[in-house]
Amino acid sequence: MHSARISIWFFIGVLLAVYGAMILGYGIFSLASGETASVALANLHAPVWWGALLAALGLFYLVKFRPRAGKK
Amino acid sequence: MLAGVYDSIFALSPNAPSALALFAGDPLAHLHALDVAVIAIYFAMVIWIGFYLKGLANTSEEFFMAGREMTAWIAGLSFVSANLGSLELMGWAGSTYQYGILAAHWYWIGAIPAMLFLGMVMMPFYYVCRTHSVPGYLKLRYGQGASVVSAVSFALMTVLMSGVNMFAMAEVMRVVLGWDLNFSIVVSSLAVAAYVALGGLRSAIFNEVLQFVLIWAGALLVPILGLVEAGGWSGLKARIARNVAEGIIPAGDYTHMWRSMGHFSSNPMGIHWTGIVFGLGFAISFGYWTTDFLVVQRVLSADNLRSARMAPIIGSFFKMAVPFIVILPGLLGLAMLKNPDGTPMVLVGQDQVSALHPHSYNEVLPLMMVRYLGPGLLGLGITALIAGFMSGMAGNVSAFSAVWTYDIYQPLIVKNAPDSHYVSVGRWATILGVIVSIGTAYMVMSAHGIMDYVQALFSFFISPLLGVVLMGMFWKRGTRAGGFWGLLIGTLASIGLWAWVKVDPSALRYVALSRDAKSMAEDMYRALWSVSVAVIVTFAVSLFGRPRPVEELNGLVYGATRLPAEPPAPFWKSEWFWTAVAILLLVVVNIIFW
Repeated sequence: MHSARISIWFFIGVLLAVYGAMILGYGIFSLASGETASVALANLHAPVWWGALLAALGLFYLVKFRPRAGKK
Repeated sequence: MLAGVYDSIFALSPNAPSALALFAGDPLAHLHALDVAVIAIYFAMVIWIGFYLKGLANTSEEFFMAGREMTAWIAGLSFVSANLGSLELMGWAGSTYQYGILAAHWYWIGAIPAMLFLGMVMMPFYYVCRTHSVPGYLKLRYGQGASVVSAVSFALMTVLMSGVNMFAMAEVMRVVLGWDLNFSIVVSSLAVAAYVALGGLRSAIFNEVLQFVLIWAGALLVPILGLVEAGGWSGLKARIARNVAEGIIPAGDYTHMWRSMGHFSSNPMGIHWTGIVFGLGFAISFGYWTTDFLVVQRVLSADNLRSARMAPIIGSFFKMAVPFIVILPGLLGLAMLKNPDGTPMVLVGQDQVSALHPHSYNEVLPLMMVRYLGPGLLGLGITALIAGFMSGMAGNVSAFSAVWTYDIYQPLIVKNAPDSHYVSVGRWATILGVIVSIGTAYMVMSAHGIMDYVQALFSFFISPLLGVVLMGMFWKRGTRAGGFWGLLIGTLASIGLWAWVKVDPSALRYVALSRDAKSMAEDMYRALWSVSVAVIVTFAVSLFGRPRPVEELNGLVYGATRLPAEPPAPFWKSEWFWTAVAILLLVVVNIIFW
């Protein structure tokens, strides 16, 4: 039924990695195109570093808690 | 405990026509396609988790107790997350804008001591007696009478609160995003019903942990960027002081927690420090954190006694940190919010909303999100709010399902059915709970006054239950009749005090000990009275009865229980060490913000 039980941390890794990639991608696009959102402190480019942080955290959890056969 | 929060969110309801007329066609935030994708991915993920975990919820122990195999970290995060609904996030951020850092009392003295007490003192009894619920503990300790009173009241209040939560979420989504109420109610309830009915408590817990991470990922950027813009904590205090001096915001001490607690009239909450320490810090918070099955159920799912004790301690550290994403945005709102023309934006009470001041305190958190978060990040922030609501609803529904099946259906309706029958009943109870919640949400929508009564009803049961549970755990002499009458009369006393003030508002000077007391102070002192009545009645009635033999109390009462020996662990894994660290931190933060 479940050859390898998936850890909750893996699900969290998936979500953070996907969100991080999306936000980082948008941040890089807006940085490159110069089309920044009309929000306060837009010059700090929060989507770039926050997206990168989320993606890095997500990838860490994805790898560390990836399902492996025979391991709960 | 949540009454103030519900009060403030309730102010967003359509009963306040002027504000909502404005919001109906002009939501606070406009979502980019990227934001919509972020929200859609979240819903897909929670449903995936529900389907994945369906295969791990085949027995009643798996469905209702998550197989009792959660680690301390997962149980601890779930324990905090079940409480961290968006009503908490938005309501307390709004209260902070109104009352300043006083609102942090609900996160520190109003939570941490109780969480540590649960882990270090009470959890061994809950865990060793292998109960599956708090009414289940009452049954073991006092018999069927007290258990049924507690189970029926809890089941009723839980689904009603879930409905109130659902309505509040739909209302917030309408105000913030302009979403249709029916759409929000249907989508959120279907998602919660699906993942809880499929995967049981394990699914609820997994989603709560996921939601907890999302809440931080979505909300943490607001205080970080806010502090950067304000020039740090000292810059924020200076800006608030300047806004006070210029009359932009009402005069008051917004950045100290205890200095203005000497008298009811010297702080905007109308509370005396005795109310905070004994009412909030004991009667309300101990009642909520140690006897409300919604949160206790998460800890009971731990894989061993040490994990069960560590879970609330781990949770206490995260609870202590929550003001960073709730209280700080409220304070930043006092200093940093601007109108489109660059002038300071002033938020007002819901009854004062006008064309000049179109936003109320309750909107401070979404307004701060809109101020700092662009496409993608705003979607993440909104997802954090949705996740918070759904974790609160899932917590209510999964706790209802367990209490209904174990404490009402099994002892009173069908006693000796196969295990699979009770799992099936639990799944249907989950769906039934969601349906009743939807009904409650629409009932509240059509008659808003009901919400006040639902909140009040919930508060009636928690504090007397604390008195009876404490007497049961720490006094071997307590009898079945003592527990039953203590719970019943304590509850009636709470209802009576509430009704007395409703009928005669001047009675506040007796109930809350001062004419200057306000509604929050009334809640605290009423809780203190009702827990006292429950303890006194349990004590008095027990004196006239025959106590149970001590050997029957093993696993239930202090002094009659042989706790299992725990394997030795280094000090950094010891629950006593981390409890001491948590207490030290609690003292330090209170001194820093004294």
